[in-house]
Amino acid sequence: MMARLLTLRNIRRSYAVFFILLFVLLLWLTGFRRIRGYETPLFLELDPLVAVASFLTSWTVYKGLALSLIIIIGTLFFGRFFCSWICPLGIINQVAGSIFNKLRAVDTVALNSYRSLYRLKYYILAVLGVIAALGSLQIGLFDPISLITRSFAISVLPGLNNNSGRLYLKQPLFHGGTFLGMIFLAVLFANRFLPRFWCRAVCPLGALLGLLSFRPFFSIWRDVDRCTDCKKCLAHCHGGCDPDTAVRTAECHLCLNCIEDCPEDAIHYGLSSLSSSVHGPLDVGRRRLIESAVAGALVFPVMRSTISSKTAPQYRVIRPPGSIREEDFLRRCIKCGKCMKVCPTNAIHPALLEAGFEGIWTPVLINSIGYCEYNCVLCSHVCPTGAITPLTVEKKLGKAAGQKPVKIGTAFYDRGRCLPWAMNTDCIVCEEVCPTSPKAIWFETVEVQLRNGAKKILKQPRVDPNLCIGCGICENKCPIHDYPAVRVTSIGETRSSINQMILKS
Amino acid sequence: MASKHNKKEEGCSRRQFLLRTAAACGLSAVAGAWGYVFYSKEPVRTSASKIYTFRDYRVEDKKIYPQLAVARGKDADKMVRAAIERIGGMGRFVSPGEKVLLKPNAAWDRQPEQAANTNPAVVASVVRLCLEARASEVWVTDVSVNDPYRCFARSGIEDAVKRAGGKIRLAAENDFVLTDLKGESLKVWPVSRFYHQADKVINLPIVKHHSLSKCTMAMKNLYGSLGGQRNRLHQDINTAIADLASAIRPTLTVMDATRVLMRNGPTGGNLSDVAIENTVIAGTDLVAVEAYGLRFLNLQAADVPFIGMAEKRGLGISDWKSLNVAEINV
Repeated sequence: MMARLLTLRNIRRSYAVFFILLFVLLLWLTGFRRIRGYETPLFLELDPLVAVASFLTSWTVYKGLALSLIIIIGTLFFGRFFCSWICPLGIINQVAGSIFNKLRAVDTVALNSYRSLYRLKYYILAVLGVIAALGSLQIGLFDPISLITRSFAISVLPGLNNNSGRLYLKQPLFHGGTFLGMIFLAVLFANRFLPRFWCRAVCPLGALLGLLSFRPFFSIWRDVDRCTDCKKCLAHCHGGCDPDTAVRTAECHLCLNCIEDCPEDAIHYGLSSLSSSVHGPLDVGRRRLIESAVAGALVFPVMRSTISSKTAPQYRVIRPPGSIREEDFLRRCIKCGKCMKVCPTNAIHPALLEAGFEGIWTPVLINSIGYCEYNCVLCSHVCPTGAITPLTVEKKLGKAAGQKPVKIGTAFYDRGRCLPWAMNTDCIVCEEVCPTSPKAIWFETVEVQLRNGAKKILKQPRVDPNLCIGCGICENKCPIHDYPAVRVTSIGETRSSINQMILKS
Repeated sequence: MASKHNKKEEGCSRRQFLLRTAAACGLSAVAGAWGYVFYSKEPVRTSASKIYTFRDYRVEDKKIYPQLAVARGKDADKMVRAAIERIGGMGRFVSPGEKVLLKPNAAWDRQPEQAANTNPAVVASVVRLCLEARASEVWVTDVSVNDPYRCFARSGIEDAVKRAGGKIRLAAENDFVLTDLKGESLKVWPVSRFYHQADKVINLPIVKHHSLSKCTMAMKNLYGSLGGQRNRLHQDINTAIADLASAIRPTLTVMDATRVLMRNGPTGGNLSDVAIENTVIAGTDLVAVEAYGLRFLNLQAADVPFIGMAEKRGLGISDWKSLNVAEINV
């Protein structure tokens, strides 16, 4: 009984279940109520692609990213085990692929044979790697862990909540959430045409691990004397790595299905034996690789040939508190969406093109949806790459002697829309909610004349730019809520030396 | 030459003709009926959602007890117990098996010392008294201004209430139901449904400064029952507060004046704006409790229009000196 249950594939499946549950659990823990110091960005920190790419842009291996060495060294010895045993996107793709395969009659041997299409991922890696080496971190667009974290945080979990109050008290809504959800569904649906299409053909992390596992210490070997060329080993192959001929170790996900599917006991994992077949080559031509690298080098200046938050400060690009200088920020942010998940007020959103092409899906605050909670520093603690550096509440609020609070922007009044200014109506909700002490929003009590000649005493609000921290609660709570009468823009942010307006402060 | 495009249709038999005629007539009838049944002159069908009204949570007024009890001391629990004991004990207000809703001010993500939220010791004490009076459930709720989880956690109220045996109930979006407040400026607003599920409501405000309404105490604390876009209430704040006090008639009000936020309210944030007053006021007359609290902020009833408006509507007596006031030191 035990021996029948404890097959290789069941052992792998139990690891897969454990890691996918761990991934969802860590994401679920990413919130004010449950975070309590857990290492919630663990999967992103284990991701060698994030470590390598962010190393190329900034020549540092930031804190937890050193954990990726576990995967790197493990892959050098054991092969690309990450993809089918640990990677949450790989596991979900595998499940989707098997379901699609079961739903209709398919020739799994044909579907699981190696195709030259699978080279594509190496080219994607080459393009993104060259762009990173030139100083722009776009790896997050394709990195599987970033992709699945972002998709879950921004689309899947809010979608599952569906106003029920089960996962979130207040339904989170994200700028462009549907778009990100569609991309995720498209990645899953691609399995309908080719199982694990993403992992085999697109994933740059898979490509990186493929390079690392080109000649691993242990690998799958086919015994040429025993093999009868029945191709049953292809029936459930995850990677499409040709176990029936010369195994392509760079493509092998170590699913170990071929070992159990082989009726002749001709496949084993470990060191080679005397009758082992040779291994297949890494199917990447030098010429093609150079072409891709050149393409990356060409894409880079084109990508830079636009206005971005780096070349000219953009008023809507309000970064979370603790964010580093915009130029460095774009060198570190992998667009994973952890900060967006943890934000208690749903203030942090994935940018579309506000921060330029390079800044796509990087975090920006949209104050009409949420605002930066005064005593909250959670986003700075979940960032795996240090684009947002950890803050303490004392540091954020500038409580220590001689310290100033972290300012993310400045509020401005639109006197043509503000009720006490434009409509002779009492309001000053903004002053009520302003969290600083003394309040950055103050008011002058004035007597105004109404249309009918009567007099009215009104409180007209103003901002003290030296006290305003740009938290945006005034904008968020303004009753003119379609286009608030008080709005925060990024100017005056602590992290920038150029996005400033006041000479003396 | 035989081609797959040359396959010929067989002739129509009588049976087939009759069957096809019946099917066509049947489907036409269904189509006609569909149009007939669902014909509408309106572009959308508006489902009228139920509009709730508040029940009167008050208990019968008994002249033998003082209307107002003011307890002074160091220990919040003792002060609350003494004040409520003086006006008849919790047994007067809560009958066994009832569900009691407590409404502290837990609007802000602030710590207890900053006096922006009701003192957690006061809330916990009232929870315990309700349970001692054999309430079946004690719920504590507020519609916070900042993130509700943070407000309840960092104000210390969540922890204190759980230890005391009460339950925190936070309203999700689908927990709000339309309620007619029948006010002058407040008509139909979303209100958290816990108010309609509870048998008794105990108001637990804190005394604070507020720039627009001058003060935020017992009456303005009722703002926290509302959802929706309540920031519009500021445009006619005095009428709105009077409307709320007319609509929600709490069983009892226990006002926390242990720490009073004197300036920079209602958020506070600086301990130098907090005055230690070590007082708890309990009473059934919301207006009298409110009027008593003005002394902590150096205000007169005339400075605060909504107190006069509430009195004119017969909601209570602002001249608390004319009432039977019990003062206790514990």
